[in-house]
Amino acid sequence: MQLQATDPVLVQNYINGDEKALEILINKHNQRLTSFIYSKVLDREITEDIFQDTFIKVIKTLKRGAYNEEGKFLPWVMRIAHNLIIDHFRKNKRMPKFQGSEDFNIFSVLGDDKLDAERQLIKEQIEEDLTLLIEELPEDQKEVLVMRIYRDMSFKEIAENTDVSINTALGRMRYALINLRKIIEKNNIVLTN
Amino acid sequence: MEQIYPRQQNQCKLVKAKPESIQLLLQYSKTLNIVNHKGLTFENNLN
Repeated sequence: MQLQATDPVLVQNYINGDEKALEILINKHNQRLTSFIYSKVLDREITEDIFQDTFIKVIKTLKRGAYNEEGKFLPWVMRIAHNLIIDHFRKNKRMPKFQGSEDFNIFSVLGDDKLDAERQLIKEQIEEDLTLLIEELPEDQKEVLVMRIYRDMSFKEIAENTDVSINTALGRMRYALINLRKIIEKNNIVLTN
Repeated sequence: MEQIYPRQQNQCKLVKAKPESIQLLLQYSKTLNIVNHKGLTFENNLN
């Protein structure tokens, strides 16, 4: 018959450098401590995390030599776990965790304004096609359209740069758009995103 | 009759930490080295 060492002996052995003593301590109290944590948090993954954090604190305290042995190893470990459980609930209260379900996915209402990869590709393709179509326009209309759309210039600036009046610049822009539509319709080009 | 019991009545379930968790702790313990020097504590993880 093999006698199992008591907690104080195991703790002392561990402090003295016997790593096997820690393994015995963990396995000895594994079920009790894990069940205690699980009964509070009701989540297997969180239980594992708190179990690990508890023993990390135990290990650090013992290795620092800061453990005050009074024959109460398990109540001390349970107290650490209890405090970590409280920390967990406090943290969750500040930052509630949302878990999606089959009926509702949070990402269906949350999202950024960026296009997904497919839409981004379509957008690039449209821009490429549009550039080719613009090349078909008469030079004066093309010039105004490029300055307005791609260089973001005002009609006043366009007028100054092309030595025409603002009305002429506006007119050229208007005809550029009309002609672009005509080219698109004539060639049955679909430009949608 | 009024429902006076909580919905989650019996949550007492015997569970054990996964062997991987225990291995991680044992590994952590082996690699952790704490040195006290002139009142200062130095923690090294020699992983």
